[in-house]
Amino acid sequence: MTDKFDVYMIGVGGQGIGLLSEALARAVWASGQDVRGVDTHGLAQRGGTVVSQLRVGADAHTPLIRAHSAELVIAMERNEALRGVLSHAKPGGTLLWYDAVWQPLGVRIRSEVPLKRESIAQACEQLGVTERRVFVEELMDARMQNTAILATIAHGGLMPNVSRENLRDALSDLLGGATLANNLSLFDGLSGPGD
Amino acid sequence: MKKLNDVLLDHEPGSEIMMGNWALVRAMIEADVRVVTSYPGSPTPEIGAAILGLPSEKRPMYFEWSVNEKVATEVAFGASLNGHLSCAFFKSVGLNVAADSFVQLGHMELVGGLVIVLGDDPGANSSQNEQDNRHFARLSYTPVLEPASPTEVMHMFKQACGLSRDMRMPVILRLTTHVCHHKELVHYGSWSPPERDDTPRFDKKAGPYIPVAATVFPLKQRALKKLEQVRAWADDKAPVQSSPGSGGTLRDDLKKKGSQDWVDKPSQPEAVFETPLNRVVDNGNCERGVITMGLPYLSLIDVLADAEEKPDILKLGMVHPLPRETVVRFLEHHSEVKILEELDDFLEQQIKALAYDRGLKTRIIGKETLEEWMGEYTPDKVAEVLRACWGDLLPVSGEIPQVEEHLTARGPRPPQLCPGCGHRTVFHAVRGWLKENDIAVADIGCHTLGFLPPYEVGDALLCMGHSNGTAAGLGLFNNTRRVIAFIGDSTFFHAGLPGIVNAVFNKHNHTLIVMENGTTAMTGHQDHAAGGTNTRGPTVEIPVQQVLEGLGVTQVTRVSAYQEDKLRAALDESFSTPGFSVIIASHPCMLKKTRERRRQGKKPLVPVQVNESCERHYICLSEFACPSYQIADDGGVWVQEDLCIGDRSCMQTCPVNAITPRPKETNPKETDND
Repeated sequence: MTDKFDVYMIGVGGQGIGLLSEALARAVWASGQDVRGVDTHGLAQRGGTVVSQLRVGADAHTPLIRAHSAELVIAMERNEALRGVLSHAKPGGTLLWYDAVWQPLGVRIRSEVPLKRESIAQACEQLGVTERRVFVEELMDARMQNTAILATIAHGGLMPNVSRENLRDALSDLLGGATLANNLSLFDGLSGPGD
Repeated sequence: MKKLNDVLLDHEPGSEIMMGNWALVRAMIEADVRVVTSYPGSPTPEIGAAILGLPSEKRPMYFEWSVNEKVATEVAFGASLNGHLSCAFFKSVGLNVAADSFVQLGHMELVGGLVIVLGDDPGANSSQNEQDNRHFARLSYTPVLEPASPTEVMHMFKQACGLSRDMRMPVILRLTTHVCHHKELVHYGSWSPPERDDTPRFDKKAGPYIPVAATVFPLKQRALKKLEQVRAWADDKAPVQSSPGSGGTLRDDLKKKGSQDWVDKPSQPEAVFETPLNRVVDNGNCERGVITMGLPYLSLIDVLADAEEKPDILKLGMVHPLPRETVVRFLEHHSEVKILEELDDFLEQQIKALAYDRGLKTRIIGKETLEEWMGEYTPDKVAEVLRACWGDLLPVSGEIPQVEEHLTARGPRPPQLCPGCGHRTVFHAVRGWLKENDIAVADIGCHTLGFLPPYEVGDALLCMGHSNGTAAGLGLFNNTRRVIAFIGDSTFFHAGLPGIVNAVFNKHNHTLIVMENGTTAMTGHQDHAAGGTNTRGPTVEIPVQQVLEGLGVTQVTRVSAYQEDKLRAALDESFSTPGFSVIIASHPCMLKKTRERRRQGKKPLVPVQVNESCERHYICLSEFACPSYQIADDGGVWVQEDLCIGDRSCMQTCPVNAITPRPKETNPKETDND
């Protein structure tokens, strides 16, 4: 049996997916597991689809995840959630997505209809993927959506062998001052006792 | 986990999760590289960012963003002549710009050593092509080391330094996009700032350094000879099957072999050879073997994880010159060998010729379809290539459930101009001004994105700085179709000046729009010559407008990029008389400015809103197309406040003035003062 757990992260340039990926990598490393990954850099970050890949386990050699083989797909935006689950979720895997909507150009020039929230659930069902939607009312800052995702991972134990403390420490490692305090307060509120 | 700066300057050995570009900087520091030069280009700018992140008083090397890759190469060459170990790094197509100087380097005795780090881009993730720069290596008699992972980046860069310094020749370290950005745990060595003697040691007797006519031949002969020495060395070192071993220096190896050309060289710091260059993975398979290198090697290992039969693998770390004896030994032991090679058939051609010369009967399988020449060799691609070659090798992949069609029919989301970007107002204004047959020549930069919908301004593109030359040609025998060209302010200095001088000198007939945003935005906001700062602090500002006037451009108009009416008026004015003219459309990069505001602790600006007078013309949404505008289920338009930066450049586009700043009292954290 191959020792690997693939996390395929997808969002829109500007959503701070690099920070999410960095926090997860640190948490996995702190949990004592092998980790490698790769982020999107350069012009692709400017409002386009941005992907970050994280691979856990001794049998992962490239940072690149194969199609339909990610145990966990994390999406930071509704349209990208559909894209990510279709291309990379493994049947039996999980889609964890934050329900922000940054409409793609096709919708804004009215050549595509806006994507409904229910479409994500439908796609997951047809692909045999477990769907977990995250949305926080009245979030202080859109950049804290990442923290809501990390807290959900902690709460649901969605990353094998990665503890709530590993994730919390990673956040503390990366942020500072008032930003850290606000994020930790959100993290603690949402991650609560595991289910 | 430690901070990056602490890792890069750590005196003790340690380990940290690092991307390839950061591992490279640690390797530069351990190897005591004295001079580093570059022009920013993906996938390599993070190398410069990591160097510049070091406090200037602790930065152990000189680093500059040069004006272009050719100058960067020349600065590194000059420093190497003075005895300083030097490094120039840039993206794949940067080597085209550097080529005129680069191809000469092999002819020179590079006393201090010079390593060229290339960020090639298989898959054209952020480039105008996916050229295979190994061809340039062959053209210029330059060795190429190709690491597969950040760990190998670290080791092979140090090997490249040793090789370059010992052989006094240029060496290429060829990275690819997902080697540069791959993050993994990297074990690094110890480092302490050495005692340095920076005396300029240039000695023309170490040359000659003037290749002209007949004097070229001894230099060329020396270059060829060095290359054969490197080949012999690489063969002797390889292959090894163990992990990092205790190799000696190139000097020791050549001495052992009694090389006459070596022993009289002056003493240099010891080269470091910590990992084997070439590696054999012995799976006990006498039938099938694979020769590969770089990232495709890692893809291969992943893909073979589930295979019942695993071919043997020869993984080359030195891809030029080809270590022939190593390859021959591998071929001799296998009935069939697949050359698993990303991009061109560079090794395939050489290996097939070698097998012919040696009379080998091994079946060598190269590229079988045009598809195998294209794209990055990701694990999925490698699986495809292997299946085409050996249908029985890999297990059949499981069925993926299908979803209903309405869930799959959604378009890609390409990059787009940021909210508040001055380029957007320019493209929106120009789109409205252009007539159907007019021709717009694009150039490289964020503004290349203008060719995409909904603006579709940009009809032809070659490379950095081409726009004026191309526009000049489009203007010949042409009295009916207006020609405009674009260029960014960093590209203006990089490669734009000759085309502008030519347009003045030869009296061409087009209008250039300089998209001035004060920075090299696309690659992460590096300084350029008009900005007044360099990597070390304040410097002379070289304003674009003064340069143009100095070059003899008589019609130069400066317009705020946010003023669409004035832009259109300037374009009308430019075409009212024949000749070459320039419009400077200026507005600072708002991504940079917004980040700086945030860093300075300033309040964000009040976002705009769409008020009740909206008549649903949808210009803001579909034609100006700032990504902040969103359409509601009822057909109304709303502003996504996570995106709007309060720049107000959109307000002028609404025919009924329905866009207004949102009242600020709804959020006390905002301000309407910029």
